[in-house]
Amino acid sequence: MNEGSLEERIGEWRNFLRRRQAVHGVDVDELEDHLRGQVADLSEAGLDDDEAFLVAVKRLGDLDSLSGEFAHEYSERLWKQLVLSPNGADDAASSASRDGIVAILLAVAAGAAIKIPELFGQHLGGAEPATSFYVRNVFLFVLPFLAGFFAWKRNLPPSNLLWLGAPFLTAALVMNGLPFQANSHTELLSALHLPIALWLTVGFAYVGGRWLQHEARMNFVRFSGEWFIYYVLIALGGGVLIGFTVFLFQAIGVDPEVWVGEWMVPCGTAGAVLVGAWLVESKQSVIENMAPVLTIVFTPLFAILLLFFVGTMIWTGNAIDIEREVLIGFDLLLVVVLGLLLYSISARDPVTPPGFFDRLRLALVVCALLVDVLALWAISARIMEFGISPNKVAALGENMILLVNLGWSAVLYTRFLAGRGSFHALERWQTGYVPVYFVWAWIVVAVFPILFGFR
Amino acid sequence: MDIGKDLVAASATPIVLAILSEGESYGYAIIKRVGELSRGELQWTDGMLYPLLHRLERRSYVEAVWGKSETGRRRKYYRLTTAGIEQLASQRRQWQIVDSAMRGIWFTAGDAAPQPG
Repeated sequence: MNEGSLEERIGEWRNFLRRRQAVHGVDVDELEDHLRGQVADLSEAGLDDDEAFLVAVKRLGDLDSLSGEFAHEYSERLWKQLVLSPNGADDAASSASRDGIVAILLAVAAGAAIKIPELFGQHLGGAEPATSFYVRNVFLFVLPFLAGFFAWKRNLPPSNLLWLGAPFLTAALVMNGLPFQANSHTELLSALHLPIALWLTVGFAYVGGRWLQHEARMNFVRFSGEWFIYYVLIALGGGVLIGFTVFLFQAIGVDPEVWVGEWMVPCGTAGAVLVGAWLVESKQSVIENMAPVLTIVFTPLFAILLLFFVGTMIWTGNAIDIEREVLIGFDLLLVVVLGLLLYSISARDPVTPPGFFDRLRLALVVCALLVDVLALWAISARIMEFGISPNKVAALGENMILLVNLGWSAVLYTRFLAGRGSFHALERWQTGYVPVYFVWAWIVVAVFPILFGFR
Repeated sequence: MDIGKDLVAASATPIVLAILSEGESYGYAIIKRVGELSRGELQWTDGMLYPLLHRLERRSYVEAVWGKSETGRRRKYYRLTTAGIEQLASQRRQWQIVDSAMRGIWFTAGDAAPQPG
């Protein structure tokens, strides 16, 4: 055996060892030094390289018990840690801390921006016109900062900044320029759909302007899921913080209600949007993504729920009883099912052959479609009877969009399970569908008010 | 002769500390020294030495620095700290107690114990 192949074998051995999570790179270096010392001694004693290598590796112990021993000593290494400023890698450390500073500055700016309207007498929680001002504009005080963060992080070229700024400007004009009637349905609908429209605009900055690429869009989908989970966690922590603020100050006879209600909650809610985004950005690839983990837990549970629901409906012969809000409920059900599908797709290796979970997901989607069609059947009769309203049209439109998405997903999934299609087609269908949400959200925001006369 | 697993584990720390009290050393040299001292009777799985050294480092009994070997490769050297010297002294007293207790029982039992010199 010549020198080259000894190096090769040591290299291979290093790679095997490196894959063990409990054994870090420097430990591998140290063990390699040991291995080489042993090999050199054994060669001197007359063994050839091949034999010396085998004996030396055997003496070091098999990889499983070795890494087990390391894991025993370094239990924390088995938990992937989010280290925001890793020491050692200087470049990574300085860029991570720079990201952090920018994100926190922008979070503070967003928290401050949300209070700016008060300088002009638009008091949050005050009289009616001011509250309505906030309802219409709240996202315009937060999401531009998030878009700005990603524009900065991705070095968005100036020509793209125009594309990024235009939707925000349009939104500001629509929300404040259109003559909404007080407390009108169209005003509320616009306000509810504005975050969806603007979030996808943030996505344009997130993908660094490469929004035509399938992978870039999928990354934004992943980001959105993780951001949502982080935001909920931060909100939970914030709730505890607020609880203690109230408890502590009341204990000394000071009422913190105004401070909490007018500063902590609004500024914190706004700032957390940026902090959450920054955390997701810096933890990417460090920690397991949470959204796909949740889908594994909840996909079977929702599938069972829907199966039993359909079963019960058939058994009892009860039709869906139509109340006013029921359509929104079924829209939300489809959103949840779509989320379960989307986030399991986002984490799935496309080349893995179909498995049990794939069948389960298809069953979930088919059940959801069935339930939704039954609901639509019942609702459409009602709509014919009472005529259209902006709320009904919006809910019905969303239902259609989701139904088309899930319907075609079911077809693609069936093809994949039957071995007649690739999983990739399903992924592309989902990312290709994102602009539909974008366009629909903008239609509800900007066209509905005009269409329905600002009612 | 095969020495029991537990005994090997229990004696590893004082042996490593004692070897390092002779001066700065590195993993492979420590293993070789263990072999010399026990005339090859004490066989460790070599890899297990490193988690032990790292544990001693975390408890500040030893400190480690990266240096260069004769061939110019990176090599991690360990050296005893003041806390390590104290720990070695304490371990030594404990082992002496165990040792003298065993000698006592083995003489009274009249077993094949080594004659006192």
